[in-house]
Amino acid sequence: MGRYVLRRLLQMIPVFVGATLLIFLMVNVMGDPIAGLCGDRRCDPATAAQLRAEFGLDKPVWQQYLTYMGNVFTGDFGTAFNGQPVTELMGSAFPVTIRLTIVAILFEIVIGITLGVVTGLRRGRPVDTTVLLVTLVVISVPTFVTGLLLQLLLGVEWGWIKPSVSPEAGFGELIVPGLVLASVSLAYVTRLTRTSIAENKRSDYVRTAIAKGLPRHRVVTRHLLRNSLIPVVTFIGTDVGALMGGAIVTERIFNIHGVGYQLYQGILRQNTQTVVGFVTVLVLVFLVANLLVDLLYAVLDPRIRYA
Amino acid sequence: MRGATHAKWVACATAAALAATACGGGGDGGGGAGGEVLSSSWGDPQNPLEPANTNEVQGGKVLDMVFRGLKRYDPETGAAEDMLAEKIETTDQQNFTITVKDGWTFSNGEKVTAKSFVDAWNYGAALKNNQRNAYFFSYIQGYDKVHPEKGEQSADTLSGLKVTGERTFTVALAQKWSTFPDTLGYNAYVPLPRAFFDDHDAWLAKPVGNGPYTVQSYTRGSQMSLRKWEEYPGPDKAQNGGVDLKVYTDNNTAYTDLMAGNLDLVDDVPAAQLRNVRSDLGDRYLNTPAGIIQTLAFPYYDKNWGKEGMDKVRKGLSMAIDREQITETIFQKTRTPATDWTSPVLGADGGYKAGLCGDACEYRPDEAKKLIQEGGGLPGGQVRIAYNADTGSHKDWVDAVCNSVNNALDNDRACVGNPVGTFADFRKQITENKMTGPFRAGWQMDYPLIQNFLQPLYYTNGSSNDGKWSNAEFDKLVDEANAEDDTAAAVERFQQAEEVVRDNMAAIPLWYQNGSAGYSERLSDVRLNPFSVPVYDQIKVG
Repeated sequence: MGRYVLRRLLQMIPVFVGATLLIFLMVNVMGDPIAGLCGDRRCDPATAAQLRAEFGLDKPVWQQYLTYMGNVFTGDFGTAFNGQPVTELMGSAFPVTIRLTIVAILFEIVIGITLGVVTGLRRGRPVDTTVLLVTLVVISVPTFVTGLLLQLLLGVEWGWIKPSVSPEAGFGELIVPGLVLASVSLAYVTRLTRTSIAENKRSDYVRTAIAKGLPRHRVVTRHLLRNSLIPVVTFIGTDVGALMGGAIVTERIFNIHGVGYQLYQGILRQNTQTVVGFVTVLVLVFLVANLLVDLLYAVLDPRIRYA
Repeated sequence: MRGATHAKWVACATAAALAATACGGGGDGGGGAGGEVLSSSWGDPQNPLEPANTNEVQGGKVLDMVFRGLKRYDPETGAAEDMLAEKIETTDQQNFTITVKDGWTFSNGEKVTAKSFVDAWNYGAALKNNQRNAYFFSYIQGYDKVHPEKGEQSADTLSGLKVTGERTFTVALAQKWSTFPDTLGYNAYVPLPRAFFDDHDAWLAKPVGNGPYTVQSYTRGSQMSLRKWEEYPGPDKAQNGGVDLKVYTDNNTAYTDLMAGNLDLVDDVPAAQLRNVRSDLGDRYLNTPAGIIQTLAFPYYDKNWGKEGMDKVRKGLSMAIDREQITETIFQKTRTPATDWTSPVLGADGGYKAGLCGDACEYRPDEAKKLIQEGGGLPGGQVRIAYNADTGSHKDWVDAVCNSVNNALDNDRACVGNPVGTFADFRKQITENKMTGPFRAGWQMDYPLIQNFLQPLYYTNGSSNDGKWSNAEFDKLVDEANAEDDTAAAVERFQQAEEVVRDNMAAIPLWYQNGSAGYSERLSDVRLNPFSVPVYDQIKVG
């Protein structure tokens, strides 16, 4: 087990280096960020040169990358163009997005799995058909439509929520944005659980458990659900990374000042330091979440062993 | 909470209707209308909030509340009026003696003296401080030492600035410039307290100034709370208790918040909402002229566009653009067809002259076709109008302009848009003189003077002369205008210079841009100044 984890951690290094290098190059290809700093007018050449030197943009790209990586390992993610250290931006943005992701994941787990179990056990019944139809609609409607619609209905028409989230972004305010963010994944989780449950319902060990005279809820939770959850856990695990990075649309709609907001602004202002820094952390989150998923397999299914 | 404020508003409205008096009546100290705080939409300032480093509206908004300079532009007329300046005297239009009024202090108690100005200006001009607006000090003697084109600075202070007394200092300019005092209302010229230099980081975290508001708290990237400064010595005390500026990533969300009663003031109505804004807000929607003009500039360094006789082609193109129709359908009348190269906010006395462009700015498809043929046709048979595709939705109007040109010339391929991926890349191609056809150019004035619409843009090697246009006669007229000691005579000279721009069609004027804003029922006396920034200190709440 320990060796497996170590091997996986070592594998992360090339992935990490490759990902950061790619992002670094992509942001650089977009052009000279200093040219855009003075608005619709010409930056005076002396100040532009001075700024370029300050942000290290006067050096060749490979050298910029090496200096950047060197700094990252000492915990310095550089400075954004407005003079704020990127670590400070991260400190304010990540907690917000993590809260949003937690809300979204909770929705996926609670609603998604419950609906999946219910429909899986009642296949072909009206409940099943209805839920299937609803998930189909949710999957086919893009997030920004759901988001804007809910914002307009709940925020403006009915006045149940505030259309935008305050800078503090407490859990209470994040319920609706979290639901919007989770909606598509939630539908997938429902469908995955449903299929898995329906399949395992016919398996031998479930028949044995029922024949032993175990109570129904015990059969479902201990035997059926535990075995059916493996694909669902994989999905949710990889979804953590996707939700954190993919929150750009939701964060924009509800004016949440999280990772998506910083990334968007960083891209718009061609701020290499911000974009690379945030994406690097997202890559790490993704890798760690994947590792945790793999380790969870062993917990859910004792037949799986890592050596 | 919302219900309560709403009820209060109704009560106030009724009271106002009955007694025809302002509601609340709390006067200056707390309570009533004087004490209430309003919320307003904001964008994260692009640069650190230093006065000489702020060159966009979002940061400018804050500086406008927290600082007062020697002059202030009247929100209504745009005229420069004395604020901290007691008197500004000159005998030769080049050396100025400035006296600062007595009794002004910063909100931390420090006195505003001549030194507060000189130190601030020296800081703004110095190359080592990376100030984006440093070029504002380029007219002052000694700028080339403090801010050389290349290499290190050889002096720390401008030789043209001298403190001569506690409240007086002298400014020596490198050339004659009679309207220089009128530029001193610009944010880059405000005074700075010692705290700015002594503990710079702390100052940036919570700016201290001498304006009607003080910064109560500032969370970078999300919110700034400004509160009324009770001891503010100036005549324009804040009429409300304070302003909370909230950062919005998307102006659509800000608009939705306004509709839901969650926000009081939006000073940028999203283009998508322009169609229904009148029905949503009624007369709580403002659409007033701002000092912004949009033009099409040409690359005079390009051998095709720079050659002799092309002025006919440029005039022809200008006549092929149906400005009336485009401003009406694409911009919903938030822009007005341009008929000169300045802006209506200058007023007739300030140099704005409607119709100065004449026939050349009117839609005359037949003449357009003839002129372009006389000028030798379009270079390469096609114009490609360059614009940045990432922000500002420029595609819509560029396509419309091209449609108009194509229709006028009966040629589907005469004009196409040439999108450049990002704004930074677009600016890069311009600064490196790599444009091969006309490109969009927007100019937002720094101060309401005709000089600001002409000299930076068309003077040989002017700071924003992106097309590298150069004309000896224009330069001569501008120099003469700057040396003129009578304002009216100076304006007349500038207009003559503008006629040179017209005769050569140095750039095609497209339209004047308006500022727009929408506000909630709680607010009254909301106005936009000529810089399209809300005049916060005059807004009444309740």
